[in-house]
Amino acid sequence: MTSEQILQYIFSGITVGSIYALVAIGYNIIYNTTGIINLAQGEFVMLGGMIAYSLSQIMSLVPAVILAVLITGAVGSLIEIVFIRRMKKNSVLGMIVITIGISIIIREIALFIWNEQIRALRFFSGNEISSLDILGARISPQVLWIVGVTTLIVIALYLFFRFTLTGQAMRACASNTRAAKLCGIRTSRMVNLSFMLAAGIGALGGCLVSPLTQTHYAMGSELAIKGFIVAILGGLGNPMAAVAAGLLLGLIESFSISFLPMVYKDVIAIIILLIILVLKPSGLFGSRQTSSLKDF
Amino acid sequence: MKLKRYYPIILLAGVLVLIQLITLVTGTAYYLTQLTMAAYYVIVAVGLSMVMGYAGQISLGQAGFFAIGGYTAAVLTTIDLTDKIDRPLFSFLDKTGLLIHKVTLYGDTIVHLSPWISFIAALVLAGVIAYAIGVPVLRLKGHYLGMATMGFGIIIYRIVLGTHIFGEADGISNVPLFPIFPGITIGGDFSIRVVNYYTAWFFVILAMVLLLNLINSRTGRALRSLHGGEDAADAMGVNTARYKVKAFVIAAVFAAAAGVFMTHYNGGIGPSESSVAKSVRYVAIVAVGGMANLWGVLIMGLVLNFLSLRGFFGVYDDAVFGIILVVIMMFFPDGLFQPASLDRVKRLFHGK
Repeated sequence: MTSEQILQYIFSGITVGSIYALVAIGYNIIYNTTGIINLAQGEFVMLGGMIAYSLSQIMSLVPAVILAVLITGAVGSLIEIVFIRRMKKNSVLGMIVITIGISIIIREIALFIWNEQIRALRFFSGNEISSLDILGARISPQVLWIVGVTTLIVIALYLFFRFTLTGQAMRACASNTRAAKLCGIRTSRMVNLSFMLAAGIGALGGCLVSPLTQTHYAMGSELAIKGFIVAILGGLGNPMAAVAAGLLLGLIESFSISFLPMVYKDVIAIIILLIILVLKPSGLFGSRQTSSLKDF
Repeated sequence: MKLKRYYPIILLAGVLVLIQLITLVTGTAYYLTQLTMAAYYVIVAVGLSMVMGYAGQISLGQAGFFAIGGYTAAVLTTIDLTDKIDRPLFSFLDKTGLLIHKVTLYGDTIVHLSPWISFIAALVLAGVIAYAIGVPVLRLKGHYLGMATMGFGIIIYRIVLGTHIFGEADGISNVPLFPIFPGITIGGDFSIRVVNYYTAWFFVILAMVLLLNLINSRTGRALRSLHGGEDAADAMGVNTARYKVKAFVIAAVFAAAAGVFMTHYNGGIGPSESSVAKSVRYVAIVAVGGMANLWGVLIMGLVLNFLSLRGFFGVYDDAVFGIILVVIMMFFPDGLFQPASLDRVKRLFHGK
């Protein structure tokens, strides 16, 4: 393997890893406020790409993407109001089943609206054939968009959770819902906000990758699983660690293609998941003590 | 009176005979094909009901075990052993009548393993894999268990999709018939449709008898205590880990057996049988049947699979199962066949 090839693999790993990280961040935001793993998270990525594609037919790219993010955020909020909030028996098993059900319904609706065709958003800058030369590796400018926007999202989230009142209220919800309620925080609103935020971030991710990897109505379930693996790898409930874990998985997958058939790419990711789950369920960066207190 | 638990089985047998007679009289014997296939899916569902309803664990990889059964049977009964028949092992099998010589459509003679050998191999393989996976994985709870079992299912799906011997995306076809006893053969021939219908449902009844006995045994009580509260069961001296694995292995072997029968019945198997969507479908059937309600699971498994196989849901096939999952979880978390759900329906119509 030449150094250019290695660099090429690294860039492709970072690209895929960034989108995994965005899905995993969505998982973590919802998990933190509700203790739910929203298995429909991958569907938000698909919705973002699809809605932006449709809107970009009638308007320019930037407003289309912004609108797509807002609409998907509204869908996320609606899902929480219509389904999650009304769940009587708040069992983990029930939550797994209902979020899988929701993801199937979203996927089928998407199939109904956008049919089976694969669609791709316009490139944010340049086009399919434009590429940048970085130390001998050739990458699409879209890769820079993906990495750049992911970094911005992570920084913005950090600041939001750290310094804004709403962000702090959401964190309070995460650490102890009842205490948060007693302090006058409207926890139900925070839960709703977390769904909105997770859906919006997923949608933005969907818009970013659409030019490179295309958008298909059934793309969500694979992303949901990869995002989950990343969330576990980083330690559930830790959005920042998810970024590192996402890049790690992206790199592993990208290098695995060089010596294994494509079909087995997912197998490697899942074997990593199983090993982590059995050996260190708190994740690579999580501590065993805190995770033993959580209810998965 | 212990026999009481078998009354529903007699009722079921009666209903099955009645259905066959109705199809005979009305000339709609083609329904029996879907009813036979539904029976095999029901076996998977009642097995899963042991894991989800009684042991309180989730498995999102049940289709993987179905595929392990089906693909083992398909591979072992389609490999041509003509060149290898002189080797000691195969010539021994040949002498004991466990190799089958068959003349193909083109007049060639091929030699393959008896379906009985592949059947037993499939069950053993599924049991061993379920045990090997169950011991580490069933220590996990909730989301982690769900994703670990789903991960297992995806691995199986990817392996059959990407491996040459499993036929990749085409699957395996030309699987021979499975002559269980003289006069009883599992296969898709029209001439043996009625026999197949009764054979399939005989297996369902056999599965039900086994499970009903299991539920009312020491194991069943242990599983129920486990569902009620794992820590409490542990404290009472119930070896929770062992019983969870036991339920998991039983469900896996049931799924594998169903996979073997279905493969012989259809004459082939494809990778879609091992997809996550199929696993989710089994979960939906168990959920709508009431988790720990074998009879509810059986009825819903029969009805939903029959309607789905007949193409009743059309292009909304997947959507129907998604809606079922959501509606059941929101309004009937204990399944449809519970006294409480009748009240819920009444309340829905009359307001609170």
